[in-house]
Amino acid sequence: MDFLIFQVPMLTLQAVLDGLLLGILFALIAYGMALQWGVMNIINIAQGDLVILGGYIAYFMYLYGIHPAWGVIVSPIIMYFVGVIIYKLVINKVVDRDLFISILATFGISILFMQLMNFAFGADVVLANSGYGTTMLFDNSVTLPNSKIFSAFISVVFAIGLVIYMKKSKLGRAIRATAQNARAAKILGVDTEKVYAATFGINAALCGVAGALISITFTIHPYMGLPYTIRSFMIVIVAGLGNLPGVAMSGMGLGVFEEFADYILGTEFRIGSVFLLLVLILVYRRFKLSRKREYLK
Amino acid sequence: MKIKNIIITFVSAIAILFTTSVVSLAKVVGDKIILGAAISLTGKYSSNGVHTQNGYNMAVDRINDMGGIKVGGKTYKFDIIYYDDESNPKRAAQLAERLISQDGVEFMLGPYSSGLTKAIAPVTEKYGVPMVEANGASRSLFTKGYKYLFAVLAPANLYLDVAIETAVELNGGKGVRIAQAFEQDAFSQDVRLGILDAAERTGSKIIIDDKLPKELNDMAATLAKVKAVKPDVLVVSGHTKGALTAIRQIAEMKVDVPMLAMTHCDAAKLSKQHGKNSQYALCASQWHKTLTYKDDFFKDGMTYAADFEKLFGYDPPYQSAESSAALLVFKDAFERANSFDQKKVRDALADTNMQTFYGNIKFAEGGQNVDKPMVLFQVMCDDAGKCENKVVAPLKWASAELIHPIPKWSER
Repeated sequence: MDFLIFQVPMLTLQAVLDGLLLGILFALIAYGMALQWGVMNIINIAQGDLVILGGYIAYFMYLYGIHPAWGVIVSPIIMYFVGVIIYKLVINKVVDRDLFISILATFGISILFMQLMNFAFGADVVLANSGYGTTMLFDNSVTLPNSKIFSAFISVVFAIGLVIYMKKSKLGRAIRATAQNARAAKILGVDTEKVYAATFGINAALCGVAGALISITFTIHPYMGLPYTIRSFMIVIVAGLGNLPGVAMSGMGLGVFEEFADYILGTEFRIGSVFLLLVLILVYRRFKLSRKREYLK
Repeated sequence: MKIKNIIITFVSAIAILFTTSVVSLAKVVGDKIILGAAISLTGKYSSNGVHTQNGYNMAVDRINDMGGIKVGGKTYKFDIIYYDDESNPKRAAQLAERLISQDGVEFMLGPYSSGLTKAIAPVTEKYGVPMVEANGASRSLFTKGYKYLFAVLAPANLYLDVAIETAVELNGGKGVRIAQAFEQDAFSQDVRLGILDAAERTGSKIIIDDKLPKELNDMAATLAKVKAVKPDVLVVSGHTKGALTAIRQIAEMKVDVPMLAMTHCDAAKLSKQHGKNSQYALCASQWHKTLTYKDDFFKDGMTYAADFEKLFGYDPPYQSAESSAALLVFKDAFERANSFDQKKVRDALADTNMQTFYGNIKFAEGGQNVDKPMVLFQVMCDDAGKCENKVVAPLKWASAELIHPIPKWSER
C-alpha cells in the first residue's frame, strides 16, 4: 500500500484527470458492447480483439507515413465490414441460440483473431506516434498528454454522433425497434437480419475508432485484447443496457477507480482490481435480481 | 460394413504407431550430428523465437561450410530438428520429451526465454541430455544444481548492476536514490534482485519499487510518482512493452530523471519507434556488434552483423548472436570430448574456456557463463534525429562517453 497519492494533492488531481480521459475511451468500447448486447443478446468476448485489430489499421497507416489520427476515420470504415463479415459467417448462426452458445462462439472468434493477428503482424509490441505533445498544468506538476485529450475528444464526438444517428436515421430507429421487440419489429416490416448485421458492424466500427486511439495513446499487441473486453463488460453490467449516460458515467468511474488502484495498491493490481470489482458487482447484481424474482413469485 | 470400418481404423492406427516408433532418428546419422530445439515460432515470443532460430541456423551453416566437426578422426556436420513450442512452457516440456524419447536426440539447444528454458531443463536433466542454451538468463536456472544445463549468456541479475554502480561512481561514491518498476516475470524479477544487491552494496536507497503487470500498457501512475519524489536513477524492466511504454510516457509526461536504465531496448528498437524521445536511455545488453571479441568462424562482431544482415535482412539483435555462440560452444566441446558419449560431452562442456565473437565463455558450477560482462549502451541522436546505440560501459569497450545527467526536457 502506498498513500503517496494523498500526501501530494497534485498526484490526486493527476490520477483523476488521467482516469477520466481513459474512462471516456473505455466508455466508447463499452457503448458498442451495450448496443449489440441489447439488440442481439450477444456478449461479445472478441470485443477487445476487434479493438486491437482497429489499432493495427492505424499503426499500418502510420508505418506508411500517414498520420495515425486519420485512423479514426479509416479504421471504423474497414472494421464495419469486418464486423458484418463476422456476423454473416458466425454470429447469425448463433444469434437465436442461448447466451452461452454465443459466448462460446465469440470466445472462439477471439482466439482466432489473436492468432491471426500474431501471424500477420508479428508478436512485437507496437505503437503509433502522434507527435501531439503535452499540456502542462500547475507549473508542470500535472501533465496531460495531448494524445489522451485527443482520444477523449474523439470518443465523445463519436458517441454523440451515434446517439443522433440512432434517434434520427431510419436504420437507427430500426435498430431501436428490434432491441425493444424483435418479433413486433419484424411483423411491421423491419428486416431484422439486416439490422443485426448493421448492429454488429457498428459495434466493430466503434472498436475500430477506439483501437486507433489506443495505438496513439498506448501500445498494441495481438494478445492485449482481453482487458478491454473485461472493462467494457463491466461498464455495461454497471450501467445496464441501452443507457448511454450510464455507460459514460460508469466508464469514467472505472477509469478513475483504476488509476487510484494503481497508485494505492500498485500497478500490478490494476487489472486485478477491475476483476475484483466485476465479481463484487456481479454478486451484488445477482442479489438484487434474485430479490426481484422472489417478489414476482 | 461397420466391422470393416473398425478393421480399417485399427490397421491404420497400428501402421501410424509403427512408423512413428521405427523412424526415430539417432543422435548421429551418417555424418550428421542431430541437435534438437523447441523454439517459439508462434505465440507471444515468436519474434525473438525467430531471432534465436536465425542465429542457430547461421552458425550451423557456417560451421558446416568451414569443415564441420571432427570427432574420432571423422568429420561431421550439424543438423537441427526444430519444433514450435507456441511460446507455451507446457508444450515446450512435451516437445523436449518428444525430441529425446521419440526422435532420439541426445544433445539439445535451448528455447527462447527464461520461462521456457525452466520448463525444459528438468526434462533434459532427467535424461542426461546436455543442453546449451542462449536465451534463458533467469538466476533460478543456475541455482537448481542442474548438471547438463549450460548458458552462454550472463545471468539476469547482472543486467543492470553496472548502471547502479556507474550512478554511484558519478555521485562521488555516495549511494543514490533509485526508483524502479519491474514486470512480474522470472526474468525481470531477477533483474530486480540484482538491483537490490547493488543497492545494498553501494548504500543506495530504493524509494519506489513498483511491479508491472503482464498486460502493461500504461505506467503513468509510476511515472507521476517518480516526478513527485525525484530519484537519481529510474530503472525499468518489462520486456519490449515495458521499454516502449516507459519511453513514450516519460516523454509525454516530461519526467526529468538524471539516469534512465532499461532492458530490452534492442528488441524494442527504441530509437526506431521513438526517435529522439529515446535519447539518453541506458540499455543493458548481452552483446553489441562493436565489441572486439574474436573467433575463427565469424571473425568479430562487425563481420557477424554484416553477414547476418546479408542473410536475413536486419541488424542482428543480441538474441541471435548468443544463439550462434551456443553452436560454437557445442562444436568445441564435441571436438575436445572426441566422443558422442553424453557424459563425456557434458564434462567437456563444463571445461569450456574459449573466446567467441560474442564474448568469452566459461561456465560456473551452476552452468551460467561467468566470463562475459554485460554491456551498457546509451541511445544517442544527432541533430538530424538519427539515433544510434553507443557502448558506454564497461570502459574497455566504450565507443562514447556516458552523458550524465540527462538534460531536462525543458532544455532539450
